[in-house]
Amino acid sequence: MNPRRAAWLAALAVSAVAALAACSPGASGGSSGGSSSGGLKTGLKVYVVPKQLGNPYFTVADSAKTGGAIAALNALGESGTETSGTAATPSSQIPAIQAAISKGANALVVSASDSSALCPTLTSAMRRGVTVVTYDSDAPACRDLFVNQASSKAIGTSEVDLLAKEIGDSGQIAIVSAAASATNQNAWIGYMKQELKKKYPKIRLVSTVYGNDDPTTSTQVTQGLLEQYPHLKGIISPTTVGIAAAAAVLDSPKYRGKVQLTGLGTPDEMKKFVSDGTVKAFELWNPADLGYLAAYAAVDYASGKLSGAAGQSFTAGKLGRFTVGPDKTIVLGPPLVFTSSNISKYHF
Amino acid sequence: MPGGLAARALRIRESGIVVVLAVFVAVTASVQHRFLNAANIQFVLVDTTVFALLALGETMVVISRNVDLSIGSTLGLSAYLSASLFQGHSGAVVPLVFGAGLGIGLACGLANGVLVAGGRVPSLVVTLATLYIIRGIDILIVGGKEVTAASLPASFLQIPKATVGGVPDVAIAVAVVIGIGAYYLRTFRSGRDLYAIGSSPQAARLVGLPVGRRVFTAFAASGAIAGLAGVLWAAQYGTVNSSAGTGYELQVISAVVVGGVAIFGGSGGVVGAALGALLLATISTALYVLGISPFWDQAIWGFLLLVAITLDQAIGARLTAALRRRRTREPPEGPS
Repeated sequence: MNPRRAAWLAALAVSAVAALAACSPGASGGSSGGSSSGGLKTGLKVYVVPKQLGNPYFTVADSAKTGGAIAALNALGESGTETSGTAATPSSQIPAIQAAISKGANALVVSASDSSALCPTLTSAMRRGVTVVTYDSDAPACRDLFVNQASSKAIGTSEVDLLAKEIGDSGQIAIVSAAASATNQNAWIGYMKQELKKKYPKIRLVSTVYGNDDPTTSTQVTQGLLEQYPHLKGIISPTTVGIAAAAAVLDSPKYRGKVQLTGLGTPDEMKKFVSDGTVKAFELWNPADLGYLAAYAAVDYASGKLSGAAGQSFTAGKLGRFTVGPDKTIVLGPPLVFTSSNISKYHF
Repeated sequence: MPGGLAARALRIRESGIVVVLAVFVAVTASVQHRFLNAANIQFVLVDTTVFALLALGETMVVISRNVDLSIGSTLGLSAYLSASLFQGHSGAVVPLVFGAGLGIGLACGLANGVLVAGGRVPSLVVTLATLYIIRGIDILIVGGKEVTAASLPASFLQIPKATVGGVPDVAIAVAVVIGIGAYYLRTFRSGRDLYAIGSSPQAARLVGLPVGRRVFTAFAASGAIAGLAGVLWAAQYGTVNSSAGTGYELQVISAVVVGGVAIFGGSGGVVGAALGALLLATISTALYVLGISPFWDQAIWGFLLLVAITLDQAIGARLTAALRRRRTREPPEGPS
């Protein structure tokens, strides 16, 4: 390779990167620790760290426009910043958390891409006095508070109930999950099995398959299920990618109305399938409310109003009062069920 | 006639994969009869189309002893931008959207081509860089937005579902495109040049082949095809966010290698690569249909890759030996 040409290209690449870096907002110094009338500190630097940037679900949970975490922080007079990597992996998320700590964060609101891999980083933050609140996905060993979208039990049991209402209380059903290692998925599936045993002994869970939150894989596993179990009456997919892919497979005259589908989905992605009758009902929490609540919890904790002891309560703005439960966990509420009658009211 | 010998070798390679495919389908169908019903076959064919298209572009690049790692990112960018044309433009027509996807892919391919052929930087490095750059641009543009099925017209979402006599339209269209690609690579001088370049870049340069121009064209074609595949991807899945197509490059390279294309260039064909894509899609679906734990999926995938490469080596060695024998036994023939 021509060395001069290579040097040119290298120079070009370096200057392009430098130009891009110059465009990003620099770290601005600021002091923290003011106090407002509600007893909450203002001017706190709060970093919101979703599993992944560019994921529509977290964009709704975090952004100011949708009334998410940053909206709550702005309303409280804090300085809120969303930061993370672009892949939902610890190796992508950790550098963003490190950078937030070194920029002098007072609180971190984190959705953990891995329940243990983030711990060394989060523990060192807590040792420095940074408040660590997890939301959406927990890292139980290394946080001050966890804001849970809905109790695992409520999600597991309500999805089984939704499906049972559609298929009657007998027949074969299957689950299309995300990754086999996903903690929350497995917890939900555990409660689904419990609920089936307890309330619907004639419904048989014939298979649990894993679509890895990838549209192609989710489509393949759904198709595989339909071929393997020709008498399948229903599918539960407790993951937004899985349910959208499964809905696209079922969206044909052959399966519509014959195989019922429910699970966790976003109203925007599922609108088409609800309007054409492929899906009758599915559920989710409001991600913006989840982010909003997590931001309030973080500010309350950083202001010394919460210590994580069970039974403590606090007010989270428009959402009202919440109480800390066992395991330093705050639950947003029961999941929201979407059907053809209410789906058009939601945009996320 | 040396042409006959080469054709026979080519036939051996492609028939090898057909045999593997047939055995696999037979075994699966004997365990689970429903594997061979129309709906499942249609599904596997549609599932293959995106990968078969990507494999076509990748084969052209790999034959010339290069590699294009940026196709997954190109697919993602094209899928989002082309599908978002439907939003707020009720007048956007389907052919126009396919054209836009092709154009976006072509732009990415041209960038790769300029850097590899013009800058003479190894393609592994260039396309590794553009893999990240194109995905980065995709994330910058898309942010947290997404295209949802509700915003796409029914005529667009219907494309992967339409069938003619039980065969999906898209599978026929992609087969035709692959046929054209195969014909081009076998017949046209510029196509044959790619094999010569892949066999020995130095020799190709010495005999005066336009190496830079041919490699540039191969990358442009690979990009354009990936752009087209992106539109098809959007029609197939309906939901597009910034992660569409992540990791596809390695699956496509797997398909290409399993299909008998030598990873160091110079031999193999697009029909084999497309069959490789079909085999891999069949395997994935079969594992689910059989109810084999998906934990085995990746291990089996890797094992098949090893088998394919080993077979490729063995056939290559036999071919060399056969050529050597001919040379010593027969008097040289005139130019064919």
